[in-house]
Amino acid sequence: MSTNFNSIGVFAIYKFEMSRFRRTFWQSLVTPIITTLLFLLVFGSAIGGRVGGIGGVSYAAFIVPGLIMLTVLNESLSNASFGIYMPKFTGTIYEILSAPLSPAEIVIGYVGAAVSKSVLLGLLILVTATTLIPISIKHPIIMLFMLIFIAIIFSMLGFIIGLLAKSFDQLQFFPLLIVTPLTFLGGAFYAIDMLPSPWQTLSLVNPIVYLVSAFRWTFLGESAVNIGSSLVVISFLFITGVILIISIFRTGYRIKA
Amino acid sequence: MNKSIVISDVDKIYQNGTKALDAINIDIMEGEIFALLGPNGAGKTTLIKIICGLTNMTSGKILINNLDIIDDYRAARKQIGLVPQELDTDMFETVWDTVTFTRGLFGLRENKPLIKNILNNLSLWEKRNEEIKNLSGGMKRRVLIAKALAHEPKILFLDEPTAGVDVELRQDMWNLVRSYQNNNVTIILTTHFIDEAEELADRVGVIDNGSLIVVKEKNELMSSLGKKQILFFLEEPLQFIPDSLSDFRLNLKKSNTTLEYTVTEKNEGVSVSRLIKTLDSNNIRFRKIETVQSSLEDIFVKLVTKK
Repeated sequence: MSTNFNSIGVFAIYKFEMSRFRRTFWQSLVTPIITTLLFLLVFGSAIGGRVGGIGGVSYAAFIVPGLIMLTVLNESLSNASFGIYMPKFTGTIYEILSAPLSPAEIVIGYVGAAVSKSVLLGLLILVTATTLIPISIKHPIIMLFMLIFIAIIFSMLGFIIGLLAKSFDQLQFFPLLIVTPLTFLGGAFYAIDMLPSPWQTLSLVNPIVYLVSAFRWTFLGESAVNIGSSLVVISFLFITGVILIISIFRTGYRIKA
Repeated sequence: MNKSIVISDVDKIYQNGTKALDAINIDIMEGEIFALLGPNGAGKTTLIKIICGLTNMTSGKILINNLDIIDDYRAARKQIGLVPQELDTDMFETVWDTVTFTRGLFGLRENKPLIKNILNNLSLWEKRNEEIKNLSGGMKRRVLIAKALAHEPKILFLDEPTAGVDVELRQDMWNLVRSYQNNNVTIILTTHFIDEAEELADRVGVIDNGSLIVVKEKNELMSSLGKKQILFFLEEPLQFIPDSLSDFRLNLKKSNTTLEYTVTEKNEGVSVSRLIKTLDSNNIRFRKIETVQSSLEDIFVKLVTKK
């Protein structure tokens, strides 16, 4: 049986994906930062001034974890899905599939690059926000781990979307029409306990509520949803992603005829 | 001679029920150039894709230098270089980066002298910093070949390598293929240009409708299935073939000005001199003699249309 880990092969994919990131510098890095700054300006300063504080911090500081989540989820999805969809679209996937790489190594290469990019973006947004408003992080190490873990989950999801997508339309469908609305409704800009009770209960069906809540907990030390429940949901999403990817590669679905 | 590739009872049935390959059995020897011929949709590319790990086979077994392509896929794939039919390359990468990338995928560290040598051999060295999108079709084809050679494969698959390339590159390609064969690299070639197979191949396999019709040494195939003819261009038209020439089974062609004699294994070398004497004794004069031999293309067409 073939067992040796092809670390050079994994790094080749990683390096290739990161060089794509460098080539599209403005689109990849600067655009999300500008968008975040606009959100902070409009929601944090203009509207937030009238909202007052939430959870003991200013509204602007409150939405920062949500803004980071919004960017990290979208960037993880789009980078990973685009990363694997493009070789399928152009036909260059042949060299990945004919190389001595296991499915796990291929996933690590693509997902690893997508995670690196979105975590880097998340941290840049945090640094940018810190220069504008006072932000304190109660659990910085856990925040970093959670950021990475959530980026991994959504990069895996993006990778699956990229594998399954048959067109650019389908590639955009999930991030734009499902994840972005769920993130907005997942408490990125409000605490769900601010909602009337039926909506509050309904919100708990949205998995992104748990991600945003857990991430905000690392900043504020308190969260709308129990942190234990959030960790269970995050773990469930992670395991589901891993199982889906393994089964796709095992069957060769949408990869090999 | 060692067997480089052993293909045993390989079937491929696609999900829509199409049987693309039916019980394919081929042994390909180390250092040989094997041409896989067949009409469009015959199953050539499917077979190559299965060997290279791009398509799953439905049943069967394939060994690459005694390594199973499923159980020992890592070691097996390291032996193989693939030049695909389509010009599938990342358009925004430079030539150097894309070739180095492929070498990396195969678990090998960058080897600048080797890559430089490959690029030089393919006349790509001057273009090494050029983005692929700026290259001509022929140059892109060379890049694909460079990528396939970047990890020093022992077996090279060339799927329609000269499709859409100019005559000069075709000659370069042929020389390159021969030089790799001299280094004991096994080469499997699919091509629509039968003259290419005739020029390069040691052995030929013809595949049609997913079945292997024939696998033979090229020369043996050409002598057993091809025919050699001698044409006598007559000084004056002949009205009919005299009875004294009936043993030779001649055909009268081109307004009765050409006599056609088919050489078989039995009569080769023996009867031609007797035929010339008999023509002379019948007062049949000729201006010139030409010999015509069936090309591999004639044999290929005969094989495929017969089926």
